Amino acid sequence: MTATETPTGIATRELTYLGAFNEGLRQVMREDPDVFVAGEDVGAQGGVFGAFAGLADEFGARRAVDTPISEQAIVGLGIGAAVVGLRPVVDLMFMDFVMVAMDQIANQAAKLKYMFGGTAQLPLTITTAGGAGLSAAAQHSQSLEAILGHVPGLKVIMPATPYDMKGLTVSCVRDNNPTVLVLHKRMFGVKGDVPEEIYEVPLGVARVARSGADVTVVSYSRMAEESLKAADHLSDEGIDCEVIDLRTVSPFDIDTVVESVMKTSRVIVVHEAVRFCGLGAEITAQVQELAFDHLDAPVGRVGAPYSPVPFSPALESHYVPDAERIAAEIRATVEG
Amino acid sequence: MEPTEEILRDLHRRMVRIRLFEEAAGRLFEGSKMPGFLHLYVGQEAVAAGVCVALHPDDQITSTHRGHGHLVAKGGDLRRMMAELMGKATGYCNGKGGSMHICDLDLNMLGANGIVGGGVPIAVGAGFANAYRGDGRVSVVFFGDGSTNIGAFHEAANMAAALRLPVVFVCENNEYGEYTRREQTMAITDIVERAAAYGMPGSIVDGMDAVAVYEATLEAVGRARRGEGPYFVECKTYRYYNHHGVQTLGAKYRSDEEVEEWRQRDAIDHHEKRLVESGVMTAADLQTVREEIQDEVDDAVQFGEDSPMPDPSTILDDVYSVGGAGGR
Repeated sequence: MTATETPTGIATRELTYLGAFNEGLRQVMREDPDVFVAGEDVGAQGGVFGAFAGLADEFGARRAVDTPISEQAIVGLGIGAAVVGLRPVVDLMFMDFVMVAMDQIANQAAKLKYMFGGTAQLPLTITTAGGAGLSAAAQHSQSLEAILGHVPGLKVIMPATPYDMKGLTVSCVRDNNPTVLVLHKRMFGVKGDVPEEIYEVPLGVARVARSGADVTVVSYSRMAEESLKAADHLSDEGIDCEVIDLRTVSPFDIDTVVESVMKTSRVIVVHEAVRFCGLGAEITAQVQELAFDHLDAPVGRVGAPYSPVPFSPALESHYVPDAERIAAEIRATVEG
Repeated sequence: MEPTEEILRDLHRRMVRIRLFEEAAGRLFEGSKMPGFLHLYVGQEAVAAGVCVALHPDDQITSTHRGHGHLVAKGGDLRRMMAELMGKATGYCNGKGGSMHICDLDLNMLGANGIVGGGVPIAVGAGFANAYRGDGRVSVVFFGDGSTNIGAFHEAANMAAALRLPVVFVCENNEYGEYTRREQTMAITDIVERAAAYGMPGSIVDGMDAVAVYEATLEAVGRARRGEGPYFVECKTYRYYNHHGVQTLGAKYRSDEEVEEWRQRDAIDHHEKRLVESGVMTAADLQTVREEIQDEVDDAVQFGEDSPMPDPSTILDDVYSVGGAGGR
């Protein structure tokens, strides 16, 4: 459970996943006048999902900047402001729109420090909302983390709990390199205990969300939650799952994964993104490179089928993995 | 404002510094001592020099794939430039960037750019930061005629105008996007017309006349510094060499006569004539400047040649500040 992550003796209260993002952002904006947010509708409206609610009221239009619908220019605004010393947070609304801004993200932001021989810092945070399950169809539902993770120079963060959301938001903004913070649209209302004070959750460090002895389930974002549900079902069947929530998918915490695999000897990787060329392929490859002798079964993978995200609920519910499908894959791995 | 004698000499020195640097780079490229691509700035010197003389040292610029001239004009260190072009460890980018990514953040030169139009949104971001801080700095974006056909240019120009940012757009209209004539790729003659669509004022200047560029930039930068928003300066200019490499004549996409016509209007010759006729410099003074700069360029070449290649162990450095995926 996430509660194990929360330090004891600290005042917490329940916040939603989206509220935790808002609070983390608000608190880093309070402590650092160089932090501003810019994007479509993030000012007066507070974002189309309400993620930026109240920021314009508290910090003014100067620090909560409504921009034209111009994704390349929004990311470029962040790059230019960051390279001369500000700490921008720029929002791309839907993760699908990352593709619209890909030159600025992949060819500019990710490479600037390297191309410039290390002389540039780029404290830029790109926020966006990914994930399917709302009948938002093919251009408003994707999980594109593998595309971003493939570009050296980007850190990709995909929180699964309100506690992590707030701490990772703070860490992303404070980080001196480009980070892409991906909120999951279907988790906005998920509630959890969140400390009132500002805190960081370190980038690149996984969380053992559930300890278990029989099989390791590696996941992140909303699929970490589904994996925990699957683990609960399976415990009734006598299968004891260890669930790892990567939290950061690039760079991902392979050490925690390998340590777990050495204990369980079985592993499956679960993500909402298309299985083909997904992050699961990379995790699988690294596990077999580093822990081949410890494996008692082939590494299992759960992901979306190789198609665009369909619109109809009848199709989409079949498309997005769920606890049942995850449990079936875990059974196959344990019994295989 | 009539430029002072000091400004006139400064414009000359910066143009000659670009020309001699670029010609040395071209010779090294021909001699296979320079890896990768080489986009020479020769012919367009009046633009970089005219603009940069009109700037404060803390004003930022972004540049293009044809970016050496902009860094030289901003005061770049020729040794570190030449070393970078050769891929050496002592270069501006430790050999990681090369010609198309050369930069000097200490000089507020925020990088050449390998993507046409890629630097435009970044300059607007720097301009945003200047306005955010209210520190009176201005950012200048250099771009070619071709990059105004790229979506990023339109997004960034509109954003700069909508947010009224202190950004000066300097279009170097050299009549060709790579090897294709401008009139084949756009149905207008004057690119400044595009600025009007964003509510951005602008003007056309003779990009072969450093004084004209300087004066236009001074006015544009002054407006931006006073909070009057972005301004567009279209400089009509010409590149002597092909898009890439060291050939000037014998191309299929343009005539030798055309190249020769533009050479007759050479920015440095034109400016030197003016300096001598107005008594600001003598022919001997001009010669001294050329010799001094040639020495500096020769020294830079020597420095580059003597410098070590980067160690392969540095390949992962600077992907991230800290951490990273261990290169796995």
